[in-house]
Amino acid sequence: MDWIVQASTFAADVDFAINVIYVLVGFWFFLTFGIFLWLVIAHRAKPGQKAEYLTGDEREPKKFISRAHMLVLVCDVAIVVAAVQVWVQVKQTLPTAPETQTVRIVSQQWAWSFVHPGADGQLDTADDIKTVDELHIELDRPYIYELTSRDVLHDFSVPAFRLKQDSIPGRVITGWFQATVAGIHEIQCAEMCGIGHGLMPGKVVVETPEEHAAWMQSKSGGAMLASASR
Amino acid sequence: MRPVATTRSASGMTTGRLAVWWVIVSEIVIFGGVLGSYIMHRLANEGWANVGFAGSTNAWIGLTNTFVLLTSSLFAVLAHYAAEHEQDGKKAANYLYLTFGGGATFLCIKAFEWTTEINHGLTITANNFWSFYYVAAGIHASHVIAGMIIMLFVAHTAKQGKELHRVELIGVYWHFVDLVWIFLFPLLYIAK
Amino acid sequence: MATAEVTHDSHDDHGHHEDEGFIKKYLWSTDHKMIAMQYLVTGIAMAIIGGFFAYVFRMQLAFPGVEVPLFGIVSPAQYNSLVTNHGTIMIFWVAMPVLIAAFGNFLIPLMIGCDDMVFPKINRLSYQIFLLSAIVLVGSFFVEGGGFGGAWTAYPPLSAVSEYNLTPMGATLWVVAVALEFIAFLLGGINFITTAMNSRAPGMRLYDIPMTVWMIVVASILFMASVGPLIAGAIMLIFDQTLNTGFFDPNKGGDPVLWQHLFWFFGHPEVYVVLLPALGFTADIITTFSRKPLFAYRTVLYTVFGTGILSFTVWAHHQFISGIDPRMAHIFTITTLLISVPIAEMMFVYIATLYKGSITLTTPMLWGLAFIGEFLIGGVTGIFLGASGPDIFFHDTYFVLAHFHYTFFPIAIIGSFAGLTYWWPKMTGKMMNETLGKIHFWGTIISFNVIFLPLFVLGQLGQHRRIYSYEGFGELMREDVLLGMGMQDLRVLATVALLIMIGFQVVFFLNVFLTLRKKAYDAGPNPYNANTLEWLAPSPPGHGNFAELPTVYRGAYEFSHPDRELDYWPQWEKD
Repeated sequence: MDWIVQASTFAADVDFAINVIYVLVGFWFFLTFGIFLWLVIAHRAKPGQKAEYLTGDEREPKKFISRAHMLVLVCDVAIVVAAVQVWVQVKQTLPTAPETQTVRIVSQQWAWSFVHPGADGQLDTADDIKTVDELHIELDRPYIYELTSRDVLHDFSVPAFRLKQDSIPGRVITGWFQATVAGIHEIQCAEMCGIGHGLMPGKVVVETPEEHAAWMQSKSGGAMLASASR
Repeated sequence: MRPVATTRSASGMTTGRLAVWWVIVSEIVIFGGVLGSYIMHRLANEGWANVGFAGSTNAWIGLTNTFVLLTSSLFAVLAHYAAEHEQDGKKAANYLYLTFGGGATFLCIKAFEWTTEINHGLTITANNFWSFYYVAAGIHASHVIAGMIIMLFVAHTAKQGKELHRVELIGVYWHFVDLVWIFLFPLLYIAK
Repeated sequence: MATAEVTHDSHDDHGHHEDEGFIKKYLWSTDHKMIAMQYLVTGIAMAIIGGFFAYVFRMQLAFPGVEVPLFGIVSPAQYNSLVTNHGTIMIFWVAMPVLIAAFGNFLIPLMIGCDDMVFPKINRLSYQIFLLSAIVLVGSFFVEGGGFGGAWTAYPPLSAVSEYNLTPMGATLWVVAVALEFIAFLLGGINFITTAMNSRAPGMRLYDIPMTVWMIVVASILFMASVGPLIAGAIMLIFDQTLNTGFFDPNKGGDPVLWQHLFWFFGHPEVYVVLLPALGFTADIITTFSRKPLFAYRTVLYTVFGTGILSFTVWAHHQFISGIDPRMAHIFTITTLLISVPIAEMMFVYIATLYKGSITLTTPMLWGLAFIGEFLIGGVTGIFLGASGPDIFFHDTYFVLAHFHYTFFPIAIIGSFAGLTYWWPKMTGKMMNETLGKIHFWGTIISFNVIFLPLFVLGQLGQHRRIYSYEGFGELMREDVLLGMGMQDLRVLATVALLIMIGFQVVFFLNVFLTLRKKAYDAGPNPYNANTLEWLAPSPPGHGNFAELPTVYRGAYEFSHPDRELDYWPQWEKD
């Protein structure tokens, strides 16, 4: 089940872990709910018929519960494995491929600002491209982000990427993503950050290498000249 | 008039004693929160041992106050002994007044200490060490004050020979307040 | 020693108390039943405020920018304040006072067979502090800058620095109100625990105690053991706001994440604090109306203890993506999923109680069963959020919102209605009208599901919480996502269902009003042929509760015992 577009390399993996839970939890839910409804319907009071005195110490009926809860534990293990696997992939590893680029994301009340490395592929050089509310990245290229905040907590969330990370003032948090679907994907702030919290939409613009180069050209004409003359 | 409920003791403990212990449990968690937060910060900031931080606290004053509180706790024990074994409400009340005096001395020393520190610019906003210092010691001091007020009530009834079991209860609470200080003293004054 | 004498006295008091003035009887009373009523009335009043807030912001979400009847146009600041205080009110000023304080006060002395709480004056003080906290909170909506709007979790630096939250007074009053409320419940909790531990009727052993009492006591212990750090945190936050200290301000060397730890160390056990009383009511209700002993009484207790202990080890699952060390997520995923074992077992045990029962679907029974059914949904959807990987996507979406409303609504609303309809005859001496009760039940339950099921879908589609208007997000205005409806249609659907649900509450108040008439059907002491001690006392119980304090001879759930003609065996009957 993919409810929304899977626009990053790990989106499908996150969705897979979610679907594992849907299946296991769905099984238990419908089983339990079905038995529950059946019991309510089947054991309605009938005149002259007394309920059975079962305290729960009887071995036979108790068996069902103890076995069921062992099975719940087994399902838990499966879910933990699925969840941890994708967590490690998204949050605990960083891409090492040589084409990896780094972008800086700065959140503030109530806007996103982005620092792109520009043509030289390095941050903090003269050809850096700064934008507000629009992050431009290249399709199929891994990116490391350095996320920080100027004032309060914010959260950089791109649902199409299945990516979400709080930004904290005074700290730089790194993570990564690699877009697989070209086009515009929306950023929402996912941590209450004050009056404008609902009004700080941003965009991730995923472009083909050619489009991206053209965009950099258009943005940094002046900067390129400056770096050339240096 | 007291409800029957208060006179029962299905747990084997008197109601008052049980309640005091539960009060202490909840207080432990409150102080645990303050001290836990402080220790986390302390471990993350090695500079807090220096002058301007913990280095500027006066360990001698802290030590004196420790001594004062411990002495007052001794009086609380004597008051309990007088109330429970000698059934002597007057004597118990007198010991409670001495305990009260210990608390008052503690507060006076504290007031002197804080005044000096504030005059030297070491206010609650000086840095986070001093914020913790004033908050932790302040919450503790508010417990000392609360204990002293309750102690006056208890001493008042004990003097008339009534409700002698309360002498023990306020004593238990006072020991707890004392114990908190035993934790605060090394954490705020000695660790430099 | 003086037991018999005091009982006698207190009974003679009965007539005398009737003559007391209004203030002494209704506002200054130390009687546990009157204090319970004070909590109940205050809780319902706050529920009306919290419900009104929900109505206003749901209207804004369904019809952005429209002038909401009875409120006007909603500004972003007001919207934030409404969602913040809706959450705060519903948890701290509705679920806590109604489930723990009102029912705890009313039921604990009655169910364990004594005449009052052990500390009646502390009990009164606890309510007065609670009332003060409610007044402070309501007052905070009207100060300059408006009420606090930094979410009910109040994460600093937003909550700590007025330049960021723009509600200098509102934010401080909010924290003060919450801290006062905690102190009120600490005092109340000490009373509940001590009363239940010490004042049980002679003969009542630990395993004879009705589940409701057990659950409220365990809940009080959980509250007491978890709230301390947050009280400390609240003091630090107040100083950050008013004295410019920097406990949570990174610019001054503080750590904003510290607050999150202090908050959730309390916040997660708090879920169980309010859950447990509702589970207790349900245990008492389903046994009575299926005429069955509670299946595996001891197992239920052990699962409660297990859940309670585990609940202290899971708090950081609220903080997976908040910047904590990512390795921590593994530990908290494991502990969180472990909780599913005792909770699942508890649900199984409750459902097994129905097996071979003799079930009558009265209104309280419907509420009790609905609690089990709806809470199941809330429980299973929690697994998605407790698992670290999937939570990267789900965190802060409407999926979370729908999940915790599927836990809190069954707890706070269904649980309260279960308790109210079940014990109403005891509280007032009058039976409620069953037809009106069932209309109210079905109206509420169906509309509840229509409100929140679509919100799971919206969450799954990536819609985040606390956003004033989705018009700026193309991805969140998609057409044809479910049964031909677009995302905005789902929002409208939820809002319309909310309006319908609010409308159905009129039926409940009508029912309450009808029972207050003289003509209403008298309940008698034990209308359901139930076993627990409160059904021995007259309805409503007078001052001192029992004509003669009872002695207990057996467990609380001896229904349909094979050696007995009758299908119930009250705890107080010798043979």
